[in-house]
Amino acid sequence: MTAANHHWRNFKSRLMQVVTFLCAILVVTPLVLVFYHLVKEGFSSINWAFFTQLPKPVGETGGGMANAIVGTFILLGQAAVLGVPIGVLGGVFLSEYGGTKLNWAIRFAADILNGVPSITWGIVVYALMVVPMHTFSALAGGVVLGMMMIPLVMRTTEEVLQLVPGGYREAALALGIAKWRTIVQIVMRTALKGIVTGVLLALARVAGETAPLLFTALGNRFWPHSLTEPIAAMPLQIFAYAIGPYNDQHRQAWAGALVLLLLVLSINIGVRFLTRDRFQRNV
Amino acid sequence: MADNTTTRPTAAAPSPSAANAMALNVRNLSVFFGENHVLKSVSLNIAARAVTAIIGPSGCGKSTFLRALNRMHELVPEARMTGDIRLFGDDIYAPSVESVLVRRRVGMVFQKSNPFPTMSIAENVTVGLRLNGARDRKLLAERTEQSLRMAALWDEVKDRLHAPAISLSGGQQQRLCIARALAVQPEVLLMDEPASALDPLATAKIEDLILELKKDYTIVIVTHNMQQAARISDFTAFFYLGELVEFDVTTKIFTSPAKKQTEDYVTGRFG
Amino acid sequence: MELDVLKQKLLTMASHAETAVNQALQALIQRDRDLALRVKDDDRVIDQFEVEIDDLVIQLLTKAPLATNLRLVTVAMKISQNLERVGDEATKIAKRARDLSQEPPVKITIELPRMASLALDMLKAALDAFVNRDSAAARAIVPRDKEVDALNKQIHEILAQYMVAHPDTISRCLNWMVACKSLERIADHAKNVAEEVVYLCEAQDIRHTAGKGQGTPAPNS
Repeated sequence: MTAANHHWRNFKSRLMQVVTFLCAILVVTPLVLVFYHLVKEGFSSINWAFFTQLPKPVGETGGGMANAIVGTFILLGQAAVLGVPIGVLGGVFLSEYGGTKLNWAIRFAADILNGVPSITWGIVVYALMVVPMHTFSALAGGVVLGMMMIPLVMRTTEEVLQLVPGGYREAALALGIAKWRTIVQIVMRTALKGIVTGVLLALARVAGETAPLLFTALGNRFWPHSLTEPIAAMPLQIFAYAIGPYNDQHRQAWAGALVLLLLVLSINIGVRFLTRDRFQRNV
Repeated sequence: MADNTTTRPTAAAPSPSAANAMALNVRNLSVFFGENHVLKSVSLNIAARAVTAIIGPSGCGKSTFLRALNRMHELVPEARMTGDIRLFGDDIYAPSVESVLVRRRVGMVFQKSNPFPTMSIAENVTVGLRLNGARDRKLLAERTEQSLRMAALWDEVKDRLHAPAISLSGGQQQRLCIARALAVQPEVLLMDEPASALDPLATAKIEDLILELKKDYTIVIVTHNMQQAARISDFTAFFYLGELVEFDVTTKIFTSPAKKQTEDYVTGRFG
Repeated sequence: MELDVLKQKLLTMASHAETAVNQALQALIQRDRDLALRVKDDDRVIDQFEVEIDDLVIQLLTKAPLATNLRLVTVAMKISQNLERVGDEATKIAKRARDLSQEPPVKITIELPRMASLALDMLKAALDAFVNRDSAAARAIVPRDKEVDALNKQIHEILAQYMVAHPDTISRCLNWMVACKSLERIADHAKNVAEEVVYLCEAQDIRHTAGKGQGTPAPNS
């Protein structure tokens, strides 16, 4: 190897290092920009009133997004009730039972569903629930978010269960433990942190969905009273304020966006914390 | 071929009493994985309260044979078997017999120790009992101590029964798995290369343990270590390409085997 | 391969032992004092072989040999013991030859040459059987020991009678008796080697079974 070759290789290697580093920075940049903007515009508007008061009548300043925050949690709660059992049990089926052809078809369907635009989900549930019920409702909102969660939770559950070494199943079965008990009390218990992670991440994802809620929950200026009425939700409220003409509303929209981002961020960080704990125990 | 419930009085006759019942009677066992004819018409009698070793080169069917004894081969979807296996006279493949019940009578310990990671040591030992419905705390505590003593692990863990099972060393984990299998009080214990992942000291402990256990249990052990088979087993079966080539008292197999194939394998000329 | 080294050493030791017996007998019959002294000295070589073979056997045992290899190793140890004794007996004969060569010969004919040839043949046959793993040939050697024993007894009686009649030959006759006894022991050792060869080939222990040399060889020999 000549000296010239040597230098050229070194240079190439250094160049790649710099280029990949810059790309990595580029990836992080949008997050930084978003965060910066949100904090800049919205931080000042976050106050106690924001979290406790209802929106003031149009034109008045002040007020808050308390009902939207509560509404988001109600919707997520319903979504969880629908999405978690079906998604988790579906994942269990894919991982522990079923022939290969059927599994392949189900996985394929789940992957397609994961890619369906959220607005399409909204329209479908509109036709299935809002029209027959003659009303927009929190229920419909919960259902659409839940249905969006199902394929996501199903796939992550399946993957996490597959990571459980086969040796545990064999050991349990060899003890004369029935298959379903093995699955629930051995396999799922071992994969529990992973399943919870999957559920939380799915929740974090649907927490920010706006388009489907436009067709189902619609939005509401008041406290939620009944599940068969429209309900406020943070994405909806942010949308409504952002396209409105009033500066005060814009201000609150920024604040809402920041809070929503913080909500999603804290779920993600919480998940990271949980999974780090698990890694240490396995070592 | 095959079944040699020897009546020749050799100096090395291991079984204590002539009236030794046969724990397992295997007749013409064949196992297929799809098109693959993995075990070819094997017939064998496993003596009770003795250690029977299964030896042979890789791929000879010894693990498949072992798993057929507690219906674990059924976990493979395309597995099919023909033939007859009787456990102390009971047909374990009869249509009315559930595999779950068979596995409570015939326990299994695996090559890679696999204590359940989310459970403590005590919970691991009693898992077979608890998940089959046992609730009586006193019984569970007694059985825990009993099984851990039998697995020569009690003294090492009696002060930390609630520590996570995975905090134990490799050799201890394997003994925990043995205790876990024993807690269900099986009649037969199957062991699939139980010491092959362990260091020599831990291996020696497991071997001593097996020699103790055979006073009360029938043990069938698959091993690729012939010296181990020579050390701890009473009878040895040599498998090759899915067939049972020779089955006899261990000392005979290792000092003067009858079949040339056995001789070649045992002296290391192949496998 | 250490097993081959073991076999080689054993065979070399065997040829030394055979030579020692041959030379000792020659010295005895031809009254060759120098040859007798040489045999006595060469016994050291045979003893050294026994030490080396035992050492090699221990090494091989740590490798935990099995089946035929196991039998070969244990048999090698025993054969080497027997060969070392053969060497010792040859030395005894050589010493008697030395002593007898310094005195006038005794005027008596005894069947010593025939006994010698029988014993030597047995030894050679046993070693050939070992080399060829010929179990049948080994079995055939065992009964021949009786003939040598009978000859020994006969020679003893003749010498005893002669000694009584001619007291001045007592010490010389005693020397002859000792030499014959050694030959009889050599034949015994040859028989032992043959029995070990049978064990090696058939895994059958035929020692101490009164005078039987029958039986069919095992299938894989």
